[in-house]
Amino acid sequence: MLQLNNIEVIYSDVVLVLKGLSLEVPKGKIVALLGSNGAGKSTTLKAISGLLKPEDGEVTDGDVLWNGQSIKHLDAADVVRKGIFQVMEGRRVFKHLTVEENLRAGNYTSGGNWYAEELPRVFSYFPRLKDRFGQTAGYLSGGEQQMLAISRALMARPEMIMLDEPSLGLAPLLVEDIFRNIKRINSERGTTILLVEQNARLAMEVADYVYIMESGRVVLSGSPAQLNANADVREFYLGLNEVGKRKSYREVKHYKRRKRWLS
Amino acid sequence: MENFIQLTISGIASGAILALVALGFVLIFKSSDVINFAQGEFLMVGGYMTYVMLAWVGLPWFIGVPIAILLSAAIGVAIEQGILRHMIGEPIISVIMVTVGVSILLRAILGLIFGNAPLAFPDFVPNYPVNVLGARVGVDKLLAILFSLLLFGALTIFFRRSSEGIAMRAVADDQQAAMSMGISIKKVWAVAWAIAGMTAAVGGTLLAAIIGGVGLDIAHIGLIVFPVVILGGLDSIPGAVVGGLVVGLLQSYAGGYLPPQLGLSEVAPFVVLVLILLVKPYGLFGTTRIERV
Ligand SMILES: Nc1ncnc2c1ncn2[C@@H]1O[C@H](COP(=O)(O)OP(=O)(O)OP(=O)(O)O)[C@@H](O)[C@H]1O
Ligand SMILES: [Mg+2]
Repeated sequence: MLQLNNIEVIYSDVVLVLKGLSLEVPKGKIVALLGSNGAGKSTTLKAISGLLKPEDGEVTDGDVLWNGQSIKHLDAADVVRKGIFQVMEGRRVFKHLTVEENLRAGNYTSGGNWYAEELPRVFSYFPRLKDRFGQTAGYLSGGEQQMLAISRALMARPEMIMLDEPSLGLAPLLVEDIFRNIKRINSERGTTILLVEQNARLAMEVADYVYIMESGRVVLSGSPAQLNANADVREFYLGLNEVGKRKSYREVKHYKRRKRWLS
Repeated sequence: MENFIQLTISGIASGAILALVALGFVLIFKSSDVINFAQGEFLMVGGYMTYVMLAWVGLPWFIGVPIAILLSAAIGVAIEQGILRHMIGEPIISVIMVTVGVSILLRAILGLIFGNAPLAFPDFVPNYPVNVLGARVGVDKLLAILFSLLLFGALTIFFRRSSEGIAMRAVADDQQAAMSMGISIKKVWAVAWAIAGMTAAVGGTLLAAIIGGVGLDIAHIGLIVFPVVILGGLDSIPGAVVGGLVVGLLQSYAGGYLPPQLGLSEVAPFVVLVLILLVKPYGLFGTTRIERV
């Protein structure tokens, strides 16, 4: 179980990005974190995974608790060893390495211990990777790269996977496939999932609980059913008006702007 | 014809040694973006370490040389941890100046300990001539080629198959993503400097054995490392090998066939370097950026 208690994150000693954010990810659940561009979703994940340091960011207040222990001062490498694995935004496969080498890199913390055991499982989720096994990862399609990025996480056998916008730039059919597999990973392996998304509709379909953040704070949270019933959420995040029709993009933008200004 | 074969074999032998030094340079550059101007001095350090083990301590070569290699690797790690680690995040030009400083320091320390005159190297590598395709060639050069090949083979397996080796390539590819897999960047840097110290020590020992002496001037080979790595493309390991061979052969042929008073053997690599860079600005094997979104 992961708990963020009122965390504050500052980049380069001056840019305050998270302003007292709290959330909870219970063991074995899928929790979605939604919000518009620049809300601080990726920053939240990096605050957990220890990847803020290379970007000159720091958790300056509050605490990050993992199974009751504070992990806010840990290096990224130690966080992975504690069982938390972040799949970064934009896939970030090792372009010049083959698919196989990428998977072995994901397996790094285990020293190759369960590589042979995990490989068939990875292929059971993403069979396409089997055909691409020896290929240079940089030449895979965007969807295949996302599959590889998630598989790399599986190779580390983490207790929790944090996914940063896995739907980014992918065709709708592929996105559905990826989300189905996220659900499967969660139910078959019991892996806890913290899912950051812009695609609110899909995220709400798979999540057990949803947080919505705006400019560095959580502004709303609840089960997908509760949030679905919330008129604001329907307006701002699902792009539906009261009758359930899609609103025009301009109206949504207008609403978002007003909402920002209010918070 | 005999002359040609002799020149070719000396060219390959010195090319292989150059390639070893260049390999360390490329590894450090790939894993930490540091341009190490002390790479030639590493070679010199390696040569002196072997000298100490054989001439002073009096060990047989098959024990003394491995110890010298390990000590050189340790010196590489010590320089990384003691000096360069503190330069993380500093401007690239400051980091370069620090490596220049390290090179001067190493020379000064070795000069203090061993004096400035070259020392005769213990005669532990056989150097009687053997017959290769009808030409008489020193067996020491053949051994230099053989040992370099073995080391390259071992390193290739390390980078392709071992999990540490793959981690190093992952860091070179995308540092932050590598960190997100739990790969420790600090460890990778230390390993890169250790390998750089090690390959330079092997190169320095082979070079000193062929020349028959070790002196501060063997660090000059550090200058030739630049055409080698730039030719191969700063960040390519096969490039370092091919670059080393090309430069070694060029020097050897230029020295053997062109009038010696022109001193062209030193200049030839740079001339070819400029010509190749005109055609291939990233070097022969430089990373072509894979762009796919
Ligand atoms: N390294 C950094 N230094 C300074 N500011 C940063 C840095 N990284 C992010 N920020 C700022 O922090 C804010 C939140 O960024 P973050 O990447 O967390 O947003 P996000 O919610 O993930 O957005 P997106 O949906 O576009 O990925 C942005 O205003 C961004 O400009
Ligand atoms: Mg983001």
